[in-house]
Amino acid sequence: MKYVRSIILLFLYAVFVVTPALGRDMKVTEKVLPNGLKVLLKEEHKAPVITFQIWYKVGSRNEKLGTTGISHLLEHMMFKGTKKYGPKTFSQTVMRNGGNDNAFTGKDYTAYFENFAADRIGISLDLESDRMQNLILDPKDFLSEREVVKEERRMRTDDDPTSTMVEEMTAAAFIAHPYEWPVIGWMADINNITRDDLYNHYRAYYAPNNATIVVVGDFDTKTLLPQIEKYFGQIPRGPLVPRVAAVEPKQLGERRIIVKKQAELPAVFAGYHTPDLKDKDSYAIEALQGILASGKSSRLYKTLVYEKQLALYAGGDYDNIANDPNLFYVYAGVMPGKTTEEVENAIYAEIEKLKTTPVTDEELQKAKNQIEAGFIMGQDSVFYQAMLLGQYETVANVKLLEKYVENIRAVTKEDIQRVAKEYFSEDNRTVGILVPTKN
Amino acid sequence: MKLKRFILLIILTVVCQSPQKSSAAELIGKRIPLENGMVLLISEKHDIPMVTVNMAIKAGSTAEPEDKPGLASITASLLMQGTSKRSAGRINSEIDFIGGSLSVSGGNDFASASLRVLKKDIRTGLDLLSDVLMNPVFDQKEIDRKVKEILAEIQRQKEEPGIVAGEAFTKAVYGRHAYGRTNDDVSAYLPKLTRQDIFNFYTARYSPNSIIIAVVGDVNEKEIIALLQEYFKGWKRSDQPLPASVPPSVIEKTVVRKIDKNITQANIEMGNIGISRENPDFYAVMIMNYILGGGGFSSRLMDNIRDNKGLAYGVHSVFSAQKEPGAFSVSVQTKNESANEVIAETLKEIRRIQTETVSDKELADAKAYFTGSFPLKMDTYAKIAAILTSIEIYNLGLDYPQKYSALINAVTREDVRRVAKKYLHPDNLVIVVVANLEKAKLNY
Repeated sequence: MKYVRSIILLFLYAVFVVTPALGRDMKVTEKVLPNGLKVLLKEEHKAPVITFQIWYKVGSRNEKLGTTGISHLLEHMMFKGTKKYGPKTFSQTVMRNGGNDNAFTGKDYTAYFENFAADRIGISLDLESDRMQNLILDPKDFLSEREVVKEERRMRTDDDPTSTMVEEMTAAAFIAHPYEWPVIGWMADINNITRDDLYNHYRAYYAPNNATIVVVGDFDTKTLLPQIEKYFGQIPRGPLVPRVAAVEPKQLGERRIIVKKQAELPAVFAGYHTPDLKDKDSYAIEALQGILASGKSSRLYKTLVYEKQLALYAGGDYDNIANDPNLFYVYAGVMPGKTTEEVENAIYAEIEKLKTTPVTDEELQKAKNQIEAGFIMGQDSVFYQAMLLGQYETVANVKLLEKYVENIRAVTKEDIQRVAKEYFSEDNRTVGILVPTKN
Repeated sequence: MKLKRFILLIILTVVCQSPQKSSAAELIGKRIPLENGMVLLISEKHDIPMVTVNMAIKAGSTAEPEDKPGLASITASLLMQGTSKRSAGRINSEIDFIGGSLSVSGGNDFASASLRVLKKDIRTGLDLLSDVLMNPVFDQKEIDRKVKEILAEIQRQKEEPGIVAGEAFTKAVYGRHAYGRTNDDVSAYLPKLTRQDIFNFYTARYSPNSIIIAVVGDVNEKEIIALLQEYFKGWKRSDQPLPASVPPSVIEKTVVRKIDKNITQANIEMGNIGISRENPDFYAVMIMNYILGGGGFSSRLMDNIRDNKGLAYGVHSVFSAQKEPGAFSVSVQTKNESANEVIAETLKEIRRIQTETVSDKELADAKAYFTGSFPLKMDTYAKIAAILTSIEIYNLGLDYPQKYSALINAVTREDVRRVAKKYLHPDNLVIVVVANLEKAKLNY
């Protein structure tokens, strides 16, 4: 018994020495199996739970007009069964073991997860390694699930006036890059997708060399890693994944879209093209986001919502965890009796201030404190930690997280002024306005 | 990012499951009544340098006068809008500066306050929390601002068909009961609201002896008691009785409410009055509801309406169990044209669980889920704080996690059928449909 164990230990030592930096700072063990599957393991023993996540590098970015939404529809079908585990059994098996499972699709990834009591991790290994290669995609189930996705689209987008406007605004912001279309897909496209389209999509993207496993929780790396190798190591490497070569050209002037729809109050969204997290400017833009939009002391809330009462809500989101440059959104809901123009102008006035006047030391420190405290508090959730690792590894490299806090700390007032000028120009923005109609 | 599947909705106020391996010695926390009347529950956790505080204050809708709907909620939200020491802006800047969070909000039985700060900022956090609870000034300008904001938000919510359906459902199920306060009630009252109303409510309801405080994180018992004594020093008790409860409506035949909207889906809410958290049938009801519609992809409604027929993305049922009986409701969205079919299938499933005994496998699976998922219900500081609070509110005992498996495992197939018969009422329930009525062509 003792003999066997020391062999395992020796073997693992080799794994650890490959990734010394990561091991020291973030306590993440990183390994690439011979078939190309990346594995990220982080022990977290504060509660007897575990999260298993598998991230495929495929999302709406990898789609084409005519079949947009195919990645998301495939995600739904991944719960419809394999030869070994028939239809309906996936979630039921997880729940019978006290677990919760789900999945999500984004522009750059499709991810599946199970959260369990720590001793149930074997269920994930068995189920996920099976559906990576043996999905049935039954034609009858497909037709029914396509209807479910259409209902999802009706609920999330078609019957939500603000979502409808944001979808169109985003589509107008991109002319040459697949970030243009919504993750759920255009309704006509969803309706056009065939079972064979899905099968081809599955074969092209669901392979160990296009995936990352992330496990965070109460486990022993020395025991878990060989188990992962046992279940996933024999799955053959898939074909080379098609590259997305699209590059969005520089925007040469403001674009505006108007959506008229049954609604109560107008809303304004503006998207600015900004770099993704691989660009060093992304740290300054994150700090800028904090000053502009994080918490009730942020500038947009304080001015638009509190002081002027122009807006019911106001904020800003920076979509930088992305493969390619995406948008920084600023937005507000218009208060009754106020106009869209007043609100839009008030938003731009706040943006102009960032360009013309340096932010205060206190504001910058506050933004940094918020980001840093968020990082520490995030350790409370194994799921959140795994999400972060999965996202970073999928769109860039998990190593970027190591120096994240350090890079945020280094942001200066001048940096913020510089990125405000560089990216937040009128010519670089696309504006969407929701104009409410009575019916 | 799109979440594909409906996050499992089991909004029974507490869902604690028992750990498989835990000895009676490992209580979830410690209960310490403080001199000023506050009840402190503490669970020390030193893995992360942070502290989470969760408060339940007997100042919810059930504590407000019937003719002042929304008073409890607006009072709670005004606490953060200025004290004798700090303006609203300063409160926000101080909590944001330390990267923490602080909020106070209304509720049915209780108002709640929550605080999350890094360990090093515990003093700042408690200073802010105690200040907003003890020294609010209710400045008229802040009241006007908040009223305007709430009225605008109520208007905005009219564009969300799910909320419109929920509001109509709430009114029809609860009638004049305090749980039945709707946006319409609140917007009718707010223009009449006075500063004196708020001040009176605050004085009567906000006092240390109305407060349960759960503290979880990197702080020890001695330290937290001393801090609470320091920051809540001089706060006086109040002993005003709560207003008498008004019983909910009795629904003697099916009530149908149809609301026309130019939308693509029918938003359907169906149900009736359910049970309180302290009802001895709680565990049997929880299992019955899991099998019917609470258990996500393991439930019959999801299997029938989504998996087999492709008629909906989300369908689920909930028993909202609080101090007093809350609602049982089924919520589902389907394209206008299939509304009739979805309502019929829902009624069919409700009748089936009342007439046929559930299978051994269904019962065993439900029990396995509840008992096996216990560790996930306690895996963050915030979740532990919420459980501690519920243990105090509903008198569950600090050994509740240890007792839980036995409570779940005692439920039989016959119990499931019995509670289905007792608490589900397919022949006299509320059905609300918000849809394009021309396309939905409702038979109901």
